[in-house]
Order: sequence, then structure tokens, then C-alpha cells
Amino acid sequence: MTILVGEMGASSSPRSGRRANRSPVPEITGERREHLLFLLSWISPLILVVLWEAASRTGVLSAHVLPPPSGVVFTAWKQAVGGTLFRDLFTSLARAMLGFLIGGGIGFALGTLVGFSLLFGALIDRSVQMLRTIPFLALLPLVIVWFGVGEAQKVFMVSLGVMFPIYINTVLGIRQVDPKLIELGRVCGLGRTRMIREIVLPGALPSLLTGVRYSLATAWLALVVAETIGASAGIGYLALDAREFLRTDVVVLTIVIYAGIGILADSTARWLERRLLDWHPSYAREARR
Amino acid sequence: MNVAPRASAPLETAAVVAGLVRAYGERRVLDHVDLHIARGEFVALIGRSGCGKTTLLRALAGLDSIQGGRIEAPRTPAVIFQEHRLLPWKSLWQNVALGLGEPGARDRASAALEEVGLGDRLDDWPRTLSGGQAQRVALARALVREPTLLLLDEPFAALDALTRIQMHRLIKRLVAKHRPGVLLVTHDVDEAINLADRILIMRGGGLARDLAVTRPIDAADLRAELLSELGVGVETD
Ligand SMILES: Nc1ncnc2c1ncn2[C@@H]1O[C@H](COP(=O)(O)OP(=O)(O)OP(=O)(O)O)[C@@H](O)[C@H]1O
Ligand SMILES: [Mg+2]
Repeated sequence: MTILVGEMGASSSPRSGRRANRSPVPEITGERREHLLFLLSWISPLILVVLWEAASRTGVLSAHVLPPPSGVVFTAWKQAVGGTLFRDLFTSLARAMLGFLIGGGIGFALGTLVGFSLLFGALIDRSVQMLRTIPFLALLPLVIVWFGVGEAQKVFMVSLGVMFPIYINTVLGIRQVDPKLIELGRVCGLGRTRMIREIVLPGALPSLLTGVRYSLATAWLALVVAETIGASAGIGYLALDAREFLRTDVVVLTIVIYAGIGILADSTARWLERRLLDWHPSYAREARR
Repeated sequence: MNVAPRASAPLETAAVVAGLVRAYGERRVLDHVDLHIARGEFVALIGRSGCGKTTLLRALAGLDSIQGGRIEAPRTPAVIFQEHRLLPWKSLWQNVALGLGEPGARDRASAALEEVGLGDRLDDWPRTLSGGQAQRVALARALVREPTLLLLDEPFAALDALTRIQMHRLIKRLVAKHRPGVLLVTHDVDEAINLADRILIMRGGGLARDLAVTRPIDAADLRAELLSELGVGVETD
């Protein structure tokens, strides 16, 4: 055993020139190696999909429990061409967007007030921090009592989910701006407005964008839950309707769409960070690997 | 903000301090300090750690309130801190032009960066600079304001010996050209001898000694005197 290990070690070592030259497998280094690892990382998800397809085809997995991936793709095609997929997708995105703007706007406004003013901090912060401890999804029944199951209820839920992360990260960002840089602003004769515009807000930006990324995820979660309770349009409605008719293929399709849009939202936020924080040592383009 | 009472100093005077008192609570860190700095004069301030050098400089910069006395200094002197304090989200020229405002700011910033040898990096981010380069940008930011008073708080302390020598040459040249009054706080006796026209020693909340550096200097003698003033006797073997 020991001898075998020793031999294997020797043959794969780049030092043992003669043997390495005869080896049919070339050394894998640097960029190529990274490429290979990247490809390798996609193999296991691929295998899972293939197994899933095989299980469905052979009847091990009933189509009522889980339709095959190919079936889901086919359903997507049918829904897109003949059905209401695009209309529903648009409806859902519009709700998410509106809720994000309202909740984000309120969160940012409150966060800015509290971040800058100790008075507003004393007035508002404790209440917001207390409200924040409520899992906002638990408010859904109450929200339904207030708004019914219409558009207002869905937009409200999304706003609620977005508001807190934005608020917290805005306050944090503003308060964490390096006081030494504020002092520098004073030495350079900046007035209040320019101080805020040129030093405080840019300094708070990394934290703010973290808030945006986090709240996009919450917005999406809020929408899924709000839509699944009752709707006459939207991706959630599609799932609800499909459930009535035991159309698991459509249900799985809606899940895939939710996942896809979640990924899209996250990569949009990351893209924003890379663009807006190019100056930042840890977001810089060349710092990424 | 509680600003120290200050009036603009007469021509050829960069700053005047009279009977300055600065206290933290009950403890007086500066106790009746008097100081006069002329335009074009390079004054070094040395003293043991914690004796109040930074406190004096901050009072001159108008950054802290004072508890007594009088300060005559320009409303916005230029300050260079121990850290470069560049805004990481602004390019180099924007950092230099901070607070300049009027059109032509870019040209002025570019000329100042040219002077410190960074004229080809106007649009770079501060994160791409070495420590010495960043401190040179801070120098450009100070000089672009054409200050009559330049305050430096150990600006070279974090730099390596070679870079420090370069910075000394640079600052000598630029000060000779722009002729502000300079107050340089330093721990480095040799730096003070090399750069200053006058060396102040701070002790016990006041300026204990005021030594003119007449050139050509007997550096060894002056050095020994300064060190003994600071309570660090020169070793004899
Ligand atoms: N914000 C503060 N609150 C209370 N005491 C302070 C404060 N800042 C400085 N001091 C005290 O004032 C004294 C002078 O401090 P200062 O920073 O001026 O010293 P320094 O001469 O610059 O020292 P160093 O050479 O180490 O930088 C010190 O004893 C310090 O403890
Ligand atoms: Mg100090």
C-alpha cells in the first residue's frame, strides 16, 4: 500500500520530469483548472435532472406527484403560446415593483430622517425596531381583513417586507459613515447639503445596496405568499388555478418561474453593486475572481 | 459647532495664538499657549506623546472649541492628517477638487496633482494608490486651496523611510513655491531639523522652547539639544 501511494505521488509530481513527459495526461493548471472545476460544479445538478426525468419516464414517479422536467418545459411552451403566462408574469412583476417602490421609499425616507437626526431617532426608531420583530408574513390575515384579497393587499404585503430591510440598512449606513471623513468635509468648507450629497450618502451606499438586495428577496417571498391566498391574475393565481385541477406540471412551472425571477432579482442587485461600488475595495471588478 | 473666536490675521502673518486654553473636562491640555507663525515660515512642533500637539493643531484648524484665549487664523486653513482621508468614492481629481466648486476645478486639481507627480492618474480611484501616493494626493488637495496656513499632523509617520525622504523634498519645494505658513507636528527630531525654520517643543501644556534653525546647521548639536529637551538623553559610549 505504502509503495503504491509513493509511486502515484511520484508520477503525478511535475518534478519527476522523465515520467511526467511520458504521461498521457497533461498537467492541469491555472485557468484551465478553474474552467474544469466550473464545469464540474454543474454536473451534479444535471445528474439530478436526468434522474428525475428517468424516474418519471419509467413510472417510478407518478406524473401527478411530480411531472418530468420535459413535461414542465412543454407546459411552459403551451402556457406561453396559448395561455396567460405572460399576462400573469407581468401582473406579478408589476405588484412586486410597486410594492418595492412604496416600501423602499418609505423605508429610505424614515431611515434618512433617523440616520441624520437624533430627535427623529428618539421618536421613531424604537417603534420600528419593535414592529420589525414581528414576522411580517404573520400579518397576512390581518391585512386580508383590512384590504380583502385585492391588489392593495398584495402590494401592501410586499411594501411591508421591503420597508424594514431598507430602513435598517439606511440608518446603519448613514450612522457608520467615517466621522474622520465628515471632519475632512468641514476642513474643506463643505456646507450641509454638499456634505450630505458628497460624503454621507455615498458613504452609506454600500449598506443601502445590501438593504436593496435583501429586500428584493423579501419582496418576492411576500408576493408568493400574498398571491397564493387569493388572486384572479398573476403567477400565484396560475398555481392556485392549477392546483384545483391537479395540474402539477403547471404548479411546478410556477415554482420554477418564482425561482428564476428570484435569481434575476439577486443578480440585478449584484450588478448594481458592482457598477455603483466600483470604487469600493471589496466590490471592485478586479477584486472579483 | 462651537467655533473658536477668530479674526483674519494681518498680511504676512499666517496665524496668531494668544493665551489659548483647551481643556477636556477639568484637565487643561493647553494652558495659555502663545504662538505666532509668519507667511512662508516653516514651524515644527515636537513633544512627547499625549502632550497636546494634535489638540493645538485642531484648535488652529477650527475643529474644536476652546476654553480661553484668542486665535487669529484663516477661516479655512488646509489640513493634512496622519491618514490621507481620501474619499474612496471620488476619483483623485474629484478628491483634490473637493469643495472648490466653481468651474475650472478640474483644471486646478489636475495642475495640483501634476505638482505632486500624479498628473497621469486623475481619474483613478484612491483604492489603487500606495500609502505614499495617497498622502501626495492629500498634499495636492491641501495646496490647491492656496492656503495661507498649512497644518500637518504627522503626515509622514505611516510612510517608509525612502518615501518619507521623497515627501520631505516635495513638501520643501512646494512650500517654498506657495509660501504658506506651516505648522508641522512630528515625532521625528530629524524630520523637524530637516524641514523647519523654527522648532517648538511642547511640554506641560505650553511651548517650553522655541529654537530657530539657522542654516548651515550643526545638526548633531541641535539634535542632542532637542533630545535632551524631550527627556531622551543622547547615549554616550
Ligand atoms: N476627546 C478627548 N477627550 C478627552 N481627552 C482627550 C481627548 N483628546 C485628547 N485628549 C487628551 O489630551 C491630551 C493631548 O492629546 P493630543 O492628541 O493633543 O496629544 P499629542 O501630543 O497629539 O500626542 P501624540 O503625539 O501621541 O499624537 C492627551 O492626554 C489626551 O489623553
Ligand atoms: Mg497627535
